[in-house]
Amino acid sequence: MIINHPLLGPRDAQEFVYLGDARLIGRPDGMDEGAAQAFHDHVFLRDNPAGEHRELWFHEQGDRSWLVVTRNTVTHEITKVELARDVARALGRSK
Amino acid sequence: MSQSNRIPGGLIDRSGTLSFTFDGRSYQGHPGDTLASGLLANGVRLMGRSFKYHRPRGPISAGSDEPNALVELRTGARQEPNTRATVAELFDGLSAQSQNRWPSLAFDALAINDRLSPFFAAGFYYKTFMWPAAFWEKVYEPIIRRAAGLGSLSRLPDPDVYDKGFLHCDILVIGAGPSGLAAALTAGRSGARVILADEDFRMGGRLTAETQGVGGLSGADWTAQALAELSGLPNVRLMTRTTVVGAFDHGIYGAVERVSDHVPVPAEGKPRQILWRIYARRAILAAGATERMIAFEDNDRPGIMLAGAVRAYANRWGVAAGRRVAVFTNNDDGLRTAADLRAKGLEIAAVIDSRKGEEVTGSAGRLGLRSIKVRDGSGRTRTVECDALAVSGGWNPNLHLTSHHRGRPVWDEAIAAFVPGPGGPAGLLPAGAAAGHLTTHGALKTGAKAAAAALADLGHKAAAFDLPEAEDAPVSITPKWHVPGKGRAWVDPQNDVTVKDVKLAHQEGFRSVEHLKRYTTLGMATDQGKAGNVLGLAVMAEMTGQSIPETGTTIYRPPYTPVAMGALAGRSREKDFKPTRLTPSHKWAAEQGAVFVEVGMWLRAQWFPKPGETHWRQSVDREVLATRASAGICDVTTLGKIDIQGKDAGAFLNRVYANTFATLPVGKVRYGLMLREDGIVMDDGTTARLAEDEWVMTTTTANAVPVFRHLEFCRQCLWPDMDVQLISTTEAWAQFSVAGPNARRLLEKVVDQDISDAAFPYMACANITVCGGLRARLFRISFSGELAYEIAVPTRYGDAMIRALMKAGEEFDAVAYGTEALGVMRVEKGHVAGNELNGQSTALNMGLGKMVSKKKDAIGMVLSQREGMVAKDGLRLVGVKPVDPSQPLTAGSHFIAMGKPATAAHDDGWLTSVVYSPHLGHSIALGYLKDGSARMGERLRTVNLLKKTEVEVEIVSPHFIDPEGERLRA
Repeated sequence: MIINHPLLGPRDAQEFVYLGDARLIGRPDGMDEGAAQAFHDHVFLRDNPAGEHRELWFHEQGDRSWLVVTRNTVTHEITKVELARDVARALGRSK
Repeated sequence: MSQSNRIPGGLIDRSGTLSFTFDGRSYQGHPGDTLASGLLANGVRLMGRSFKYHRPRGPISAGSDEPNALVELRTGARQEPNTRATVAELFDGLSAQSQNRWPSLAFDALAINDRLSPFFAAGFYYKTFMWPAAFWEKVYEPIIRRAAGLGSLSRLPDPDVYDKGFLHCDILVIGAGPSGLAAALTAGRSGARVILADEDFRMGGRLTAETQGVGGLSGADWTAQALAELSGLPNVRLMTRTTVVGAFDHGIYGAVERVSDHVPVPAEGKPRQILWRIYARRAILAAGATERMIAFEDNDRPGIMLAGAVRAYANRWGVAAGRRVAVFTNNDDGLRTAADLRAKGLEIAAVIDSRKGEEVTGSAGRLGLRSIKVRDGSGRTRTVECDALAVSGGWNPNLHLTSHHRGRPVWDEAIAAFVPGPGGPAGLLPAGAAAGHLTTHGALKTGAKAAAAALADLGHKAAAFDLPEAEDAPVSITPKWHVPGKGRAWVDPQNDVTVKDVKLAHQEGFRSVEHLKRYTTLGMATDQGKAGNVLGLAVMAEMTGQSIPETGTTIYRPPYTPVAMGALAGRSREKDFKPTRLTPSHKWAAEQGAVFVEVGMWLRAQWFPKPGETHWRQSVDREVLATRASAGICDVTTLGKIDIQGKDAGAFLNRVYANTFATLPVGKVRYGLMLREDGIVMDDGTTARLAEDEWVMTTTTANAVPVFRHLEFCRQCLWPDMDVQLISTTEAWAQFSVAGPNARRLLEKVVDQDISDAAFPYMACANITVCGGLRARLFRISFSGELAYEIAVPTRYGDAMIRALMKAGEEFDAVAYGTEALGVMRVEKGHVAGNELNGQSTALNMGLGKMVSKKKDAIGMVLSQREGMVAKDGLRLVGVKPVDPSQPLTAGSHFIAMGKPATAAHDDGWLTSVVYSPHLGHSIALGYLKDGSARMGERLRTVNLLKKTEVEVEIVSPHFIDPEGERLRA
């Protein structure tokens, strides 16, 4: 596969390490009320879609960017690649 | 017998002669021959034995679809099994052996299987070897293993080099027949970067094998003209002997180039093969088509071949498959074979055209065809003497690559064959025969058209390609799959699947094509169904009364043809399989005669034997005792080091470690426990605060990379606005542990600053200088339990540093110690390491539950408090000593209460780490024991059923030495 890195252009997938569902960005706050349930859902519940999937890839043999790659799990077509940091900020994450 | 079947013509070089041997007999051929054409020229048609019944077999094809003529090529370390004689290029001195026969090809003892065939019908594995169960390991499996498989391995290391390479192009053209050449000319003339790859050593595809011309030239001459033009274009790369074996994601194609398979030994500096990864923006599949057999009784005798192959041997190689040839066909293409052979002056014994109601019902000849039985339209049978039979059952497009992304072929009634369906790899355009256009005209036209389409996609303007005149006879075929009869009619010759087997599968309910395949092994041989798949499912369709499209087809996976393991491995073999990382003191340690151990990719000194020490324990015990008595030095560079800087570094550490860090004063070190989000311990180590916003984290050796990746995840994905910067400095600093009561006195000789206990107390850290000005880092931390420091210098000074430290240590009799002594001392002190950090343990298990702060949010904090993980009677880290000190303990032993049986129901935990403690004079261990902290002083059994050991032990504190930590603070 080829991942079109937003900063570096097309790179071979061998340069990357896969993590999984991009929902991992949405980590709950451990001090919140009901954190145990929220963390249970966050850590253990995953969709396994046949189709479009947003997932985290780490450019380990490259610039160490974490990327959110939108990939079709059936065809492996990649329709979007974003810096995970931008995605996290767009979700309201900061410090 | 000298080339008795060689006839005039062909594209071989008769001015040269090549000598070769087959099963020890010498023969001669010409440059341009394959092993199969060379043997056939010499009248040899028996080339192998079938897989199951050991039936005598000869080649049926002239290409990579060959199921029968599989041989062992070359001898010694270069011996290769299962090589298709039809594609093995002849060279002088080539040596080939037949396989799957004993004692000889002509007389094979296991041919008895053929007589026993009723016992070996489809599914016999599942029926025959079922019971008694006890027979599996001792009786059935060894027999099956001996009988299974075709060729044999040399069991010697492959002496050749295999390479990997990367290529980029606009258009990859797969196959250099008429469609591929038309595509390459169109694309090449347009200026696009083109790769034209063909598996053959001679480009041209069927143009080399047919007598019809192209544009007024012979097929071979037109090909030569096209290749001359292409090789003059700087944007075109021609690759012969290169099979595109797979279509992978995003326009990546795998190809194997057989660089040196056609020479006895690779030339100096040349690899045997290259595995290419071709990045192609578009690809054109111009892989042609493969002819198929018609099944009739005993249709597998040597001499019975595909009609197109018989034609190819005559036209390309100047070889007569026989002196008296019969033709059996269900389409017009078969008739060409008769015409071409007649033109060559060969005798045509009969032309049996199934469309006229005639059919071949059987054959005779033990090791080669002697005659066939023919039934005419009125039902009368006659015997026809012939030594070759050319069979044409129609042509199957080579659409394999279009299935590599699960695209399903669709049935085309007009040519009675599957053609590429939807769902093929994006950017792959089938053309020519591979797309079902079986005429030369159709191939040229669709090849050029596919190239034009690809060029348009890429924004190139297609150059003109004037279609040369070529044959365009419509395909006239009336499907004829098999001739009904009582005997066995072969569908898949290599795996010995017959029409009867397909019938049996149907009868027993294995009717879907996927079941048919697995039950009968249809299409599971080295040719992966090229010879028999469509025929097999057509027979199944007949049985079920369904049409072929309703019956469906299995699809193809990579590779298109078998790929040698060596090509897949490339240079990554033996010591080059993974890199070796050497510690900065490696050279010095090697000079001391150290014994090294692999730790991940690192080589670390395990112990340093002294003269007179004959057992490793002598060395390790000495290193431990000397360190505890005075001083020891150990290279600890392999531990991961991560520099963490930025205004928010402290807050960041607070969130990635379970314990508190933000409050750590400058100049101090703290032990940190890192959890995974699910609450399990991920890693541990120390982190030092060298300045207000400058921290240094250490990780375990094994987790250096995963922890760094995790921290980057936290920084970029969870808290994107924190001011935190990370860099891995594992390889930037050479780090040494200096431990023992004299550690400070030793270091004072090399460190330029005051490191007295008052100036540099326990858990202090600082940027310092050594040896009169070299920048260094000093940490007062201890893994051994002794007064200890870790000192780091830039890596390039590591060798000088170990020598300086050892010299400074001479007056204290300081020793160098290795990983074994390190392990002994950490167990004596009760520190956890890899055996305890096993990916299942919690902080509470390790006796570190109090470290998990609940006053702040940190990774893993919430889930570490789950009910099941904080159970009062859960596993706890304990120390273990044998009741009888003379008894050794065994790692991995399980705790069983006294008097209880050693079963899982009574399992109370296990020993994680066992060492001999020279300090205490007996074996000691760490272990996880249920409710362990409440069971101090209890006696238990430790049982190891694998090693058959059982030792009575006493549960003690895991801190075997200095539990109060007085030595650390000395």
